[in-house]
Amino acid sequence: MKALRNYLDKIKPNFEEGGKFHAFRSVFDGFETFFYVPNTTSKTGTNIHDAIDSKRIMSIVVIALVPALLFGMYNIGYQHFNAAGLEAGFVEMFGYGLLATLPKIIVSYVVGLGIEFTVAQWKGEEIHEGFLVSGILIPMIVPVGCPLWMLAIATAFSVIFAKEVFGGTGMNVFNVALIARAFLFFAYPTVMSGDAVWVATDSILGLGADIDGYTAATSLGIASTAVEASAYPPFSMDMITGLIPGSIGETSVIAIAIGAVILLWTGVASWKTMGSVFVGGIVMGLVFNVAGPDTAMANMPWYEHLVLGGFCFGAVFMATDPVTSARTETGKYIFGFLVGAMAIIIRVLNPGYPEGMMLAILLMNVFAPLIDYCVIQSNISRRMNRAKLK
Amino acid sequence: MSELFSKKNKEVFFNPLGVNNPVTVQVLGICSALAVTAQLEPAIVMGLSVTVIVAFANVIISLIRNTIPNRIRIIVQLVVVAALVTIVSEILKAFAYDVSVQLSVYVGLIITNCILMGRLEAFAMQNGPWESFLDGIGNGLGYAKILVIVAFFRELLGAGTLFGFRIIPEAAYEAGYMNNGLMLMPPMALVICACIIWYQRAHNKELQEK
Repeated sequence: MKALRNYLDKIKPNFEEGGKFHAFRSVFDGFETFFYVPNTTSKTGTNIHDAIDSKRIMSIVVIALVPALLFGMYNIGYQHFNAAGLEAGFVEMFGYGLLATLPKIIVSYVVGLGIEFTVAQWKGEEIHEGFLVSGILIPMIVPVGCPLWMLAIATAFSVIFAKEVFGGTGMNVFNVALIARAFLFFAYPTVMSGDAVWVATDSILGLGADIDGYTAATSLGIASTAVEASAYPPFSMDMITGLIPGSIGETSVIAIAIGAVILLWTGVASWKTMGSVFVGGIVMGLVFNVAGPDTAMANMPWYEHLVLGGFCFGAVFMATDPVTSARTETGKYIFGFLVGAMAIIIRVLNPGYPEGMMLAILLMNVFAPLIDYCVIQSNISRRMNRAKLK
Repeated sequence: MSELFSKKNKEVFFNPLGVNNPVTVQVLGICSALAVTAQLEPAIVMGLSVTVIVAFANVIISLIRNTIPNRIRIIVQLVVVAALVTIVSEILKAFAYDVSVQLSVYVGLIITNCILMGRLEAFAMQNGPWESFLDGIGNGLGYAKILVIVAFFRELLGAGTLFGFRIIPEAAYEAGYMNNGLMLMPPMALVICACIIWYQRAHNKELQEK
């Protein structure tokens, strides 16, 4: 660490006023403040100072995502070798998944950070750190079969139109990673849904084998297309551990739970939002179990709804996004509850979308400012009433 | 002759094509820009229909502007526009049936196009028939221009074709290229409109608010 500090100090003059790389100062600042907390603080306004800034918050979220990512890599290999009918050890499975996932992560970061750096340079501003998390979220919420060029287009679209046009990090209305997924979902439905995209079917660098015509539906896909009303997939331990087909990072409840513990323990994510998403999901799941339409999706037990698909991942990492969720304390309960309830409603009542979490969160992103407004207004009027003379 | 093409008349004609474009600057007529721009052909037909209707409605209203009682001017304007829309709609059905089916209700809905009432109220009621005619043609073409640009990108990226002819080669599809289905949905027309506005404002300082 000392060597890094010395190196940064050594090259710093090049980026200061009059230095030969002055034009790239925002890039240098971005990296320096990423590695070391800056020792300057804001000079105006009233601020609460503590040891954490947004770069540290982002880093913690990325750390919390690592268990889900690593398990996702293993699961890709596991699903692939299972489908190919080949014997393989842990290392081979993980290696295969790593090779399948790494290009997506690289593409997402190169495209997203490239746009962020260009915009920051162009406007003469500091580089915002928001893409650190979005960049790793985007590859984790797409199926393994998603081509890299589509990922690049979706990332570029969401960074430009969901974030930069609104004013950059902290100003976006929608969750940037989910906009990328929504773009892919509506633009290229054949690679984002269906039965053929969830398991990798090509050999990569000699690992694995080419499989022709293999299809594996996700559990939610099976339930949404089931003809008989009791034909939802039975609950199994694999749904908890995550050894089922699905988007790269979303399958394992255990890995996501580790991430959730990290986020809650460090106080980065709000337990109110996260918890009420699950409460919303449970309540809506029970409502449909008791009084829903007679379809497999509605008859699926509420606890199965919670562990399948992107419900956990969305609840832990996306609904709790501090920028796009409600900010008032009461509002967090309302926001989370509606996200969870809406996700189950979309799943059950719209057979076209077997996974409702993405659309539920995006929908509630729009309503978050309204929720906050109502909470604040009711607070004001309550206190005004109290202040009135009797 | 010089009277007909005076500097003022040129401005009346050319301003709506650029700095005072009805769609990108005044943000009028957006609904039909979303609805008919999934393909180039209906977009062009729609643009021309609106051009013809605005131009002639402008002329007619301008000719009778001094005799219209002020309190019922809106209804008079609507009658004129409705008559013209009906004529255009019938002509399309007779000579370009396929396109008129594609445009469906949107030809009839030209009546409610904000550009029309806007031009009649703001221009034809105060100016002579020749200026009004130029203003109508200019505004119609300004509207058509945006429709064509939007439709060009939507058809090219959404279906890989232009005027129904395949532009993106088969080889690209075999290499893994896919049409962007989102381009065929109305939201993308808004995004493209926004990009045009963005481009126009970035290149024209007068349009930027402080």
